Amino acid sequence: MTEIEKRQDRSPVPSAFDYAPAPESRDVVALEDRYGLFIGGEWVEPKSGDYQPTISPATEESLAEVAYGGPEDVGLAVESAREAFENGWSDIAPSERAKYLYRIARILQERSREFAVLESLDGGKPIRESRDVDLPLSAAHFFYYAGWADKLEYAFPNRKPKPLGVAGQIIPWNFPLLMLSWKIAPALAAGNTVVLKPAESTPLTALLFCDVVRQAELPPGVVNIVTGDGRAGAELVKDSRVDKVAFTGSTEVGKEIQRAVAGTGKKLTLELGGKAANIIFDDAPLDQAVEGIINGIYFNQGHVCCAGSRLLVQESIYEQVIAKLKRRMGTLRVGDPLDKNTDIGAINSKQQLEKIKELVAAGEEEGAEIFQPPCRLPEKGWWFAPTVFTNVAQSYRIAQEEIFGPVLSVLTFRTPDEAVEKANNTPYGLSAGVWTEKGSRILSMSQRLRAGVIWANTYNRFDPASPFGGYKESGFGREGGRHGLEPYLRFE
Amino acid sequence: MRLPVKKTYKLYVGGAFPRSESGRSYEAEGANVARASRKDIRDAVRAAREAFPKWASMTAYNRGQVLYRVAEIMEGRRAQFVELTGDEAEVDAAIDSWVWYAGWADKLTQVLGSSNPVAGPYFNFTFPEPTGVVGVVAPEEPALAGLVAHLAPVIVGGNAVVIVASQKRPLAAVTLSEVLATSDVPGGVVNVLTGKKDELAPVLAAHMDVNALDLSGAEGEWEELERLAADNVKRVVANGDGQSPWHVAAFLELKTVWHPIGV
Repeated sequence: MTEIEKRQDRSPVPSAFDYAPAPESRDVVALEDRYGLFIGGEWVEPKSGDYQPTISPATEESLAEVAYGGPEDVGLAVESAREAFENGWSDIAPSERAKYLYRIARILQERSREFAVLESLDGGKPIRESRDVDLPLSAAHFFYYAGWADKLEYAFPNRKPKPLGVAGQIIPWNFPLLMLSWKIAPALAAGNTVVLKPAESTPLTALLFCDVVRQAELPPGVVNIVTGDGRAGAELVKDSRVDKVAFTGSTEVGKEIQRAVAGTGKKLTLELGGKAANIIFDDAPLDQAVEGIINGIYFNQGHVCCAGSRLLVQESIYEQVIAKLKRRMGTLRVGDPLDKNTDIGAINSKQQLEKIKELVAAGEEEGAEIFQPPCRLPEKGWWFAPTVFTNVAQSYRIAQEEIFGPVLSVLTFRTPDEAVEKANNTPYGLSAGVWTEKGSRILSMSQRLRAGVIWANTYNRFDPASPFGGYKESGFGREGGRHGLEPYLRFE
Repeated sequence: MRLPVKKTYKLYVGGAFPRSESGRSYEAEGANVARASRKDIRDAVRAAREAFPKWASMTAYNRGQVLYRVAEIMEGRRAQFVELTGDEAEVDAAIDSWVWYAGWADKLTQVLGSSNPVAGPYFNFTFPEPTGVVGVVAPEEPALAGLVAHLAPVIVGGNAVVIVASQKRPLAAVTLSEVLATSDVPGGVVNVLTGKKDELAPVLAAHMDVNALDLSGAEGEWEELERLAADNVKRVVANGDGQSPWHVAAFLELKTVWHPIGV
């Protein structure tokens, strides 16, 4: 009997409804056996000679071999970006730059199903999310920033905005194409060229994006994609011909990058980790709040930097909220990411699964009470059942550290002051949630929570027009909106 | 003949004027000036952190009036500052700088913030907030105008400050502290330390309860200080934007709030 099955026996929750499988077809995706690097508008073999497989986390099958760029490859990509910047792209009429970005937005819309399926295949996220969230938002991001390309002087009046040059961009594996869009769209709109390094476990949609670049007839070298691991990222950060570094990922790596660019004068933006509080007051609409809790922590398997991973419940409604939450967790379907009914897909990598297991074990050891609803996890692949911890003290690791998985830690509070103090008691400050029907309380909580994004009576909403980014050790700089242009510009 | 009473030049921490806890001083501009220690930095950061919430939550109108009050009190001691700096134009520039930034207090949100048209039934808006405790290494010259140019823009947005004054010409900073102490700036919002920059700046840069740094006065030491700043992901300004709201913005966070629209 597995650990999960044992838990089923003592679960108060009725077993989930059975659903007939509703898999999305893989036919729409045509994979190459092997992918090179995309430099200067062409596919090139890596000088490093290094290729590694990219694995589907749901089946452990190798989907394709992907080049791992070495120092020489990164150098060539930066050179190509530099050349494209100096010979044409920075002089091109901004209105023409806009039209390239509009083209990209349109092509992403046209090929959205292909991208959605590939995203789920390579990263393990449910097709429902890649189809309904990642892809529409990615296209919208390009469409939004396209319009800014020829309006920069209105965004920054009296400041004479100018592009910086070459942007070196490093993105994570949780929203591969969406993070690419968050990075590339504002960079190009501002008139820069880019070298982007996708995460090592999820390179495929970035590589497919190169075909969008081709179809959009973007001049060669404006977008360069160098796949690889952290070593390629480190090379990119330290290359002296890079004018701007943008990184989304862990706080630990973010600090290393900040150290690496110290004294160089490179512009830097960091979007790092989080340990967001999702705060439920006793006058909240509870059923909506429970949906918000579920969306807050189980969206994308909890692989979300702004995930509502610390639930703060007002004491008077604690029992009620936990009961509703557990019941709702029982209806979550874990499994095949390509199944349209799936709520929780595969854990992105074996390494991430180990990290989640380690922290969950620490939670149990420190004395928290674990609950997992009955759910049968597939034999192959990397999976973790939706998990909630109660009886959590603020000092526990599961209340302090970013788990980046489908694991929720529940704490309680009595007064708004206590909620604020507990919510802010973290080195992070990316996001927070507030649930209450009282408008004045929403506004006062929104002021007092030290985080860059506050979702009131909602959670995990994103939009290209909405600035996103952290306080404290969650990073600096904003992505999205007019504010998201600034990191890619200099002012005379 | 009457012997003039000489002033003891001390630190300004938490609204009080202590000597350095180290008991050290150094000679500058013909006076013995307190030589702050790493412990003084820590005390100053603690004072700043304590003062921060109240200062940050004051209305912008109120903060603007406090900054204007600084200009008023400085104007009253204009002759003393001219004597100290030997430069009338510098003193005037410093006073006018306070007036200019005072006017920004209740305009920053409108200039830097936004209401965002998201594609869904949500009301969404973005507004600036102070980042917290800011460490400033003030320029060596001009000692007074340089100090004000890097102090006023940091506090107008609601931050609390620990500032390391010009090492060679620290007296203007200490005298300015007396102005701050008598012009409705709550104690602890501005903390002024005198001493050796190469001793103090790294402590400030590495302090885990400092949120941002202005290193404009730390010429040549940027690389090491910026590296230390990374330990808690500080926002770092190596060379300011000059007198502008963008310099203010460098020490502000942007917060975005979402709420559903419905009936």
